Amino acid sequence: MTTYRMRKGAPLSDRILDFVIIVALLVATVVTLYPFLNVLALSFNDSTDSVRGGISIFPREFTWENYKVIFSFSGLATGFKISVLRTLVGTVLGLISSSMLAYTLARPDFQGRRFVSTFLAITMYVSAGLIPIYILIKDLHMMGTFAVYVLPGMISAFNVFVIRSFMDGIPYALQESAKIDGANDFTIYWRIILPMAKPALATIALFLAVTQWNTWFDTYLYNGSSDHLTTLQYELMKVLQSTSSGNNGDYRNSNMTQVMATVSPESVKMAITIFVTIPILLVYPFLQRYFVKGMTLGAVKG
Amino acid sequence: MKAITETGVPGSPPRTTSKWSRFWRIAFRNRYLYLMSLPFVAWVFLFNYYPLWGWLMAFQRFKPGKSIWEQKWVGFDQFKTLFQDDMFYQVLRNTLAMSVMGLVATFVVPIVFAIMMNEMKGMFFKRFVQTVSYLPHFVSWAVVTSIVTRMLSTDNGVVNDILMGLGFIHEPIQFMAKGNLFWGIVTVSDVWKETGWNAIIYLAAIAGIGPELYEAAKVDGASRLRQIWHITIPGIRTTIIILLIMQIGHLVSIGFEKQFLLGNNLVRDYSDVLDLYSLRYGLQMSRYSFGVAVNIFTSVVSLLLLFTANGIFKRFTKESVI
Repeated sequence: MTTYRMRKGAPLSDRILDFVIIVALLVATVVTLYPFLNVLALSFNDSTDSVRGGISIFPREFTWENYKVIFSFSGLATGFKISVLRTLVGTVLGLISSSMLAYTLARPDFQGRRFVSTFLAITMYVSAGLIPIYILIKDLHMMGTFAVYVLPGMISAFNVFVIRSFMDGIPYALQESAKIDGANDFTIYWRIILPMAKPALATIALFLAVTQWNTWFDTYLYNGSSDHLTTLQYELMKVLQSTSSGNNGDYRNSNMTQVMATVSPESVKMAITIFVTIPILLVYPFLQRYFVKGMTLGAVKG
Repeated sequence: MKAITETGVPGSPPRTTSKWSRFWRIAFRNRYLYLMSLPFVAWVFLFNYYPLWGWLMAFQRFKPGKSIWEQKWVGFDQFKTLFQDDMFYQVLRNTLAMSVMGLVATFVVPIVFAIMMNEMKGMFFKRFVQTVSYLPHFVSWAVVTSIVTRMLSTDNGVVNDILMGLGFIHEPIQFMAKGNLFWGIVTVSDVWKETGWNAIIYLAAIAGIGPELYEAAKVDGASRLRQIWHITIPGIRTTIIILLIMQIGHLVSIGFEKQFLLGNNLVRDYSDVLDLYSLRYGLQMSRYSFGVAVNIFTSVVSLLLLFTANGIFKRFTKESVI
């Protein structure tokens, strides 16, 4: 009890704590990273060789074959195109609409402020549910269209509130001086507020883009029979469903079945998984400092 | 529209200062702001509020092709069918089990993770760990499913390899085919995916705790564990409670993405949740009315849970989260 307290260095309990923390975080990092590296290695490993097992984070018999095979699959090319397109369009539309709405909410002199805030906040807690929305989409004749990817989810209350909190922090005096110079509210928003809100916009752009890129459910529900509107995630999901245990392969794409004959389904799965993940890996480290800030902002105002 | 221009035109100041003329005057001054918000408000109304009309279907026997007013009204029949369906209780059990397990795990683990990160000294290692920890949040559930099934596979899956290597088991466990393991698999996948991300908020909250508290504790000879227990954890208590209440509101509406993707026919009894139930036994069987009844049940229970949690919170802190 007394012996270590006298010593100059940290008490023994603190040094044990340091050790435990480092070990725990190392384990956590390995557990997070290993699966990705393992899948990556398998995607570059010869399909028949992979079956022997023992691949960890390096391929044993390197090959591009798995990727060549998935690129020859037409669904994936279309899926890639549509996924990129919906990510771009969805992000731009979402950014413009949420930031514009957020700006009006950040204006202390706007009459509708309280009403619109409440109106939006309610949508965070009340949802009509799957079927009423499905019927709405059907009634709007949006089934089998590209619009269904980008329009219904364009405005999310959470995104608007994150941008609003950021704009609240921009000094109001800046806008007033612009006003004296004769700028209207839209000009102020476009010329002054938007450039200053870049950190918040970057965060929301990331959220929007990731959501757009990762969603498969709208394809499944609304565009399942329109092959020209398929998305990457939906293709991956179909491959997963067809190979998962207990499901008797309802994946009837002949093109894909042929493809599966040359390399094992498992290798195809690994290659598609990596292919779908790579764009995200390329983008997110650069935006890290923004989204950390954005998350914190969102939490304050909720 | 006419009234706006008449009362608001600069140079012709309104004579009366009644409430309405004041309102229109400000409204005219706000005209750009209205133009910038009303279209989007209408948008939100269309996609978030308007579908609530569809709830009427739950009291009908809806047949596609006719408008909602021409349907046959059946009162609470759909709900009676729902509450008499044994499968409904199974689905409700699965939903609650997975959401409670998820709630506890995705709360406790990120808090522990954030506290550990905060105690870490090496800056480089810290940044590396943090960057890696966010990674899984950004990949889709389809990718996570692909990864999880690979790791848990009976053919050279790393989990089975390790368990066999350590001699715990003698033949690979068929993880994905065992119903009683399904809840655990979903929870662990969730923790794997979201821990780093959920920890961001706690890390920010910890960063907001005044350093003088730690200084004082150090002077008093408190060990770091004691500092964590008496300063860090109380310091982030409010954050924890707020997030907890918001999460409780989503207890029954946990979505179904994970369950849809990770589940298969062999584990259906454990994997189907409320939303999947409304999808499979409502939408895909064209039993729209029945499906809507399930959706209403989900939404109403969510709201009740949210208000209850918020009410309890209010009683203790005199503050409201919603």
